[in-house]
Amino acid sequence: MKVLVCVKQTFDTEAKIELKDGKIADAGINLIINPYDEVAVEGGIQLKEKKVVDEVVVLSAGSDKAMDAIRTALAMGADRGILIKQDTGADEYARAIALAAAIKEENPDIILAGHVAADDGSSQVPTRIAEILGLPHINVITNVEIADGKATCTCEADGGTLVAEVALPAVISSQVSWNEPRYPSMKGIMQAKKKPVTTADAVAADNKVKIIEFAMPPAKQAGVKIDDEPDVCAAKLADWMLNTVKIEVK
Amino acid sequence: MAGTWVIVEQRDGNIRKVTYEMLSEAKKIGDEVSAVVFGKSVEGMASEFAKYGADKVYAVEGDVFAEYNTGAYVAQLAAMIAEYSPNAVLFAHTFNGRDFASRLAQKLEAGLATDAIAVELSAGRGVFTRAIYAGKAIAKVEVTTNPVLATIRAGVMEVAESAGAGAVVKPAIAATAGDVYQNIKSFVPTVSARPDLTEAETVVSGGRGCKGPDGIKIVETLADLLGAAVGGSRASIDSGWLGHELQVGQTGKVVCPNLYIAAGISGAIQHLAGMSSSKFIAAINTDPEAPIFNVSDFGVVADLFKVIPTLCTELKK
Ligand SMILES: Cc1cc2nc3c(=O)[nH]c(=O)nc-3n(C[C@H](O)[C@H](O)[C@H](O)COP(=O)(O)OP(=O)(O)OC[C@H]3O[C@@H](n4cnc5c(N)ncnc54)[C@H](O)[C@@H]3O)c2cc1C
Ligand SMILES: Cc1cc2nc3c(=O)[nH]c(=O)nc-3n(C[C@H](O)[C@H](O)[C@H](O)COP(=O)(O)OP(=O)(O)OC[C@H]3O[C@@H](n4cnc5c(N)ncnc54)[C@H](O)[C@@H]3O)c2cc1C
Repeated sequence: MKVLVCVKQTFDTEAKIELKDGKIADAGINLIINPYDEVAVEGGIQLKEKKVVDEVVVLSAGSDKAMDAIRTALAMGADRGILIKQDTGADEYARAIALAAAIKEENPDIILAGHVAADDGSSQVPTRIAEILGLPHINVITNVEIADGKATCTCEADGGTLVAEVALPAVISSQVSWNEPRYPSMKGIMQAKKKPVTTADAVAADNKVKIIEFAMPPAKQAGVKIDDEPDVCAAKLADWMLNTVKIEVK
Repeated sequence: MAGTWVIVEQRDGNIRKVTYEMLSEAKKIGDEVSAVVFGKSVEGMASEFAKYGADKVYAVEGDVFAEYNTGAYVAQLAAMIAEYSPNAVLFAHTFNGRDFASRLAQKLEAGLATDAIAVELSAGRGVFTRAIYAGKAIAKVEVTTNPVLATIRAGVMEVAESAGAGAVVKPAIAATAGDVYQNIKSFVPTVSARPDLTEAETVVSGGRGCKGPDGIKIVETLADLLGAAVGGSRASIDSGWLGHELQVGQTGKVVCPNLYIAAGISGAIQHLAGMSSSKFIAAINTDPEAPIFNVSDFGVVADLFKVIPTLCTELKK
């Protein structure tokens, strides 16, 4: 069996965001693998270690820079990579079309992804890929067992925990609490340089969403800060909660 | 064209507040507003939606809809959209809502704006405001396909009561058991007497400054006094003091309560991403330089172990 993991390269979560010419400036920003996708890569590698699958392929769509995200996944232990070159400016629909086309050629048994990207945060791409490929999907998993051509997933759901089963092949997206991603070892980093990565151009698709503008969020007004004895702090905070916020006490 | 549709979020008849937020927002547009509710037997809920302005209630009933499953729900909603041609369909940005909306959007080869914090709808045109880069920037996007599809962040829009006719419509059932591809084995609700983190009016969160389960207890006592939800920073989640589902932040939940109280939380950028759009923010931290104070309306530089018990006494007065 083969697992394919979709990895998106995102800004470091510490990155300071600025606008340049009305767009999000990317100069000098440290780029990382989307934290959720790191978890998905780790999940894929663990499936290989458990001998559930025999190959872990990573797939990323983006500019040449996304090669770094692929190399990091390879250094963690994935076997090979695919980079789909796609212009920035593709929306979720166009991204999903491009990724699905590449996945179709690979014909994996399990497709892993993050449930959301930490930057654009649309939570759409994995589910769209499943629809394009006509496959079942399951989102936000915190565990998965593979047996008898089925994936049994534990998922974080609204107000509880869900266990659901889907037939393979299927698209499965990760929650961060699934596992603790490993750091690439020195040996892994060396090996990654020799692992094969193929590149191809994205299948063309029209956007369905148009960006009107980017803006910075309104700056928060500085509030009150009290540095005093605990009793005084508590009394003033209580007063603010009761009279400004108008909180109700049970 | 048949106005704006709001997809109801409910489980076993418990309706999520975001449903009323969406109905109230949809009402502002001026077009006909319909609530679309899926379940085994849901007609009895119709009057609930009429109170918030629903002119129509599409009661989508059947065994196949007893629990949310993407396959049957998407097949059914796609058939209804083809029959009734709504201008816009709004979903909640819950786990179910985003799953439902994404698969439907792709089936219709349509655009979708997720996690919207503001909506401008007119004559079939839909422009949405989204917080991107964990709230560090804002994007305004237009969905250029029809119907306009979006998921809405909970807690952002005001709930306003307004009388609607609430006329019940029973649409033709297009989905069958054959459309189901996720076999749901079990659903275990989180047992908690506290409100849901993403729906709560007040959230009290504890961080590493709580130093352990005893500190978290103090935070929980305050939360219970306020009828609030409890949340945590990644530090307190990773330490095992609180469950993963209670993490607030970029890789946790985004919350938008009326009041957010951060106790022993430094205010790392990834934490701020999950709470900085709360209406009021209070912080309790021993370090006067802690970045959490930059986003706080009311900050106290003090030891949470001393301040919170006294605060509880003061509030009870
Ligand atoms: C009109 C428009 C213009 C845009 N222009 C730009 C732009 O100029 N630059 C820019 O950076 N973004 C741009 N975006 C955002 C871009 O659409 C999204 O980055 C992309 O569509 C994926 O959505 P997401 O990141 O929210 O993914 P989500 O759906 O939140 O991602 C979930 C998972 O899908 C997988 N995934 C997502 N994207 C990829 C990928 N590229 N490769 C591999 N796996 C992936 C990952 O596993 C990820 O964890 C634009 C969006 C629109 C609507
Ligand atoms: C990719 C990525 C994703 C992340 N996602 C998240 C996320 O979703 N959510 C999240 O929260 N973090 C996230 N983080 C982690 C984040 O960077 C911080 O490490 C984390 O938020 C710190 O938690 P904290 O504020 O509780 O702890 P600390 O930063 O250690 O702060 C503890 C605070 O408690 C104060 N304190 C100590 N004793 C007391 C006392 N007695 N009374 C009052 N105050 C006291 C200290 O002054 C200090 O300010 C993420 C990090 C990365 C790299």
